[in-house]
Amino acid sequence: MSTASTTEHDAAHGHEHPKWLAHHFDSPTQQFDSAKLGMWIFICTEILMLGGLFVAYGIFRGMEPDVFHHAHEHLNWRLGAVNTVVLLFSSLTAALAVRQSQVGDRKGTTNYLVVTLLCAAVFLCVKYVEYSAKIEHGLLPGRCFGHPGFADHCINAGASVMPAAVHGLTTRASMFFALYFMMTGIHGLHVVIGMGVLGWVLWRNLRGDFSKEYFTAVEIGALYWHLVDLVWIYLFPLLYLVG
Amino acid sequence: MSTHGEEELNTNYLKVGSGVKSWLLTLDHKRIGVMYLVSVILAFFLGGVFALLVRLELLAPGRTIMTAAQYNRAFTLHGAIMVFLFIIPSIPAALGNFILPVMLGAKDVAFPRLNLLSFYVYVVGTIFALFSIISGSVDTGWTFYTPYSTSTNTSVVSMTLAAFILGFSSILTGLNFMVTVHKLRAPGMHWRRLPLFIWGMYATSIIQVLATPVLAITLLLLAMERVFGLGIFDASLGGDPVLFQHFFWFYSHPAVYIMIVPGMAVVSELFATFTRRAIFGYFAIAMSSLGLALVGFLVWAHHMFTAGISEFAAMLFSALTFLVAIPSGVKVFNWTATLYKGSIWLTTPMLYALAFLVQFTIGGLTGLFLGTLATDIHLHDTYFVVAHFHYVMMGGTVMAFLGGLLYWWPKITGKMYDEGLAKISWGFVFVGFNATFLVQFIMGSRGMPRRYYDYLPEYRPYHAFSTVGSWILGVGFLIYAAVLIKSLRSGPKAPPNPWGSAGFEWATESPPVLANFKDVPTITRGPYDYHLVTEEELFDGFPEDAPKKA
Repeated sequence: MSTASTTEHDAAHGHEHPKWLAHHFDSPTQQFDSAKLGMWIFICTEILMLGGLFVAYGIFRGMEPDVFHHAHEHLNWRLGAVNTVVLLFSSLTAALAVRQSQVGDRKGTTNYLVVTLLCAAVFLCVKYVEYSAKIEHGLLPGRCFGHPGFADHCINAGASVMPAAVHGLTTRASMFFALYFMMTGIHGLHVVIGMGVLGWVLWRNLRGDFSKEYFTAVEIGALYWHLVDLVWIYLFPLLYLVG
Repeated sequence: MSTHGEEELNTNYLKVGSGVKSWLLTLDHKRIGVMYLVSVILAFFLGGVFALLVRLELLAPGRTIMTAAQYNRAFTLHGAIMVFLFIIPSIPAALGNFILPVMLGAKDVAFPRLNLLSFYVYVVGTIFALFSIISGSVDTGWTFYTPYSTSTNTSVVSMTLAAFILGFSSILTGLNFMVTVHKLRAPGMHWRRLPLFIWGMYATSIIQVLATPVLAITLLLLAMERVFGLGIFDASLGGDPVLFQHFFWFYSHPAVYIMIVPGMAVVSELFATFTRRAIFGYFAIAMSSLGLALVGFLVWAHHMFTAGISEFAAMLFSALTFLVAIPSGVKVFNWTATLYKGSIWLTTPMLYALAFLVQFTIGGLTGLFLGTLATDIHLHDTYFVVAHFHYVMMGGTVMAFLGGLLYWWPKITGKMYDEGLAKISWGFVFVGFNATFLVQFIMGSRGMPRRYYDYLPEYRPYHAFSTVGSWILGVGFLIYAAVLIKSLRSGPKAPPNPWGSAGFEWATESPPVLANFKDVPTITRGPYDYHLVTEEELFDGFPEDAPKKA
């Protein structure tokens, strides 16, 4: 394909276009760098978005440190710690998946991606256990606070349902759980999206899209996964280890 | 992803494929730009209708055409549609999408699929907004202030979700432009040769990427507040309604720079082309765009001087607000200096640029009145604010958009427009705009509050004058629309460089080929180096009629 059918277009570029190189890029490096820069900018966006919640956390904890302290005792730090370890480990396997795809080891990449996805699933299962315990104990924030389960139809109920004291917590503790559910909820959503991204990378890897020369999607997907991990690293001490 | 053959890449982009599908599934930044252009013009029309209704209601005291509740909805929809559906995507997503890669000598934006996605995200956001309008509408004002927004029984959730979704469209466009500017510049296009339009788009993109996510989380919290009574903005649960204002303006103040910086970017191009000279203070103008992007993040609480923030915070934010005048002043003085001894060609785009210069200066200077604590206490929430805002947004950005659209129209459509008719529409728009809003400075400084349905008889002459102005403005826009339609139907074919500009986007055909340039251009001079350009580069006719070199 190199000599016979050299078109004018290729001649202008001075090299061949591999099939994975989009027409508007001149070189694989340019395409790879663009993708990576794009993901870094997107990560900045994500951090600013979560930044709003971190600011709210700082303000309200500063206003009522005691309430936050009492409320946090209702979180299970052991489960939180398990999830921290699981996510940290998954970040390692994601990084190893990138390494394996860089050296062209398709099977190794697949294995590490599968392990990463399994870790993500474990994380979500633990989160499910935690969430259902909170909901059973009436620790959903806002109008639902103090009303176990969704029994009172407290969602969208307007002023007909009011928060109530529960387990020795005043209604003020609702704020802690509001932040807890928003922060971990949005993080959990990112875990799900991250699983989608890594699943797509895995599918493409199985299809044989990647090689030593082209592993952009693996790198980008792992980069996103590290963000998901990093956010949790901040959430865990802020929510579980208040004190 | 479709791959294009050699022949397709060198075909006029309008002729590559035909039929609805070739547009809806296109990855070509030019076609996506055109789809955005159609969408934002429709949004502008819808928002404009609400504006005219609001002005009509205010023609006389008491009820004129609608009830107070309908009036609250009308001004909210005017604001929300104009801000989220029109002005934020107007220049970047429509004109920017089309022109930015061409100016850079790139074949497309860095992520064409993401670009198409951002358009569809915009469409989904628009659907949510329209759904909200149909299902009970919103009466909070476009700012959605708590606690009213958490207690009113209009459809706030769907409108906030609309703004949330539209925000993502804006983020994706900004991200795409940033990467494109960094990675896809043609050989020889180093940073000191970037057209000022690109510098402006780049600064805008930074704000879009860093500020919009804060709006996203704010609106999400507001929606949760309505559904669950979450409490973060509710004082009775230990929350704080003022926090909503902080969060909201942390986005929405930078957002007004998302709106104005692209306008500045466009007029920088217009001034250079139509004065036939190197723009004065190129580097200063470029850096002042970045300066605005930076300072824009530091002044948000000047919207809240009367909201109960501390005296110290108010003083600090007032002082920071004055910093905004520096980069703005740098631009205005440099544009003015560019006019000096330039050979000025008064085309319609240039007239819009001049209108921008005058009106933006008025809008900018009155901003200083509002940034001053003592005067702001008097002027806060009066028509003075409305006039200030509209002088910057409409007198500034909309003028730049209208001028920029006509300027690049031959490039986008390959057709010329009727210059005479366009000048008439400019006259109506210019007179109508100033008639509508200049008088609002006066009634605002005399105490007429904004957003009020009714007013004292003393204000009647001002309101009536303003409403008549809005009709003149409306006529101006209708004539402008007629200019565009006439051009599409029977406009003469446009040569590659009808304005004889030294800008790079004029070096390719009108309309450009799918790959933008037939050969990858190599840039050897700046975009305003009129002293370095060859005669062929400035030739404003058709290449086949070009004078042969001796």
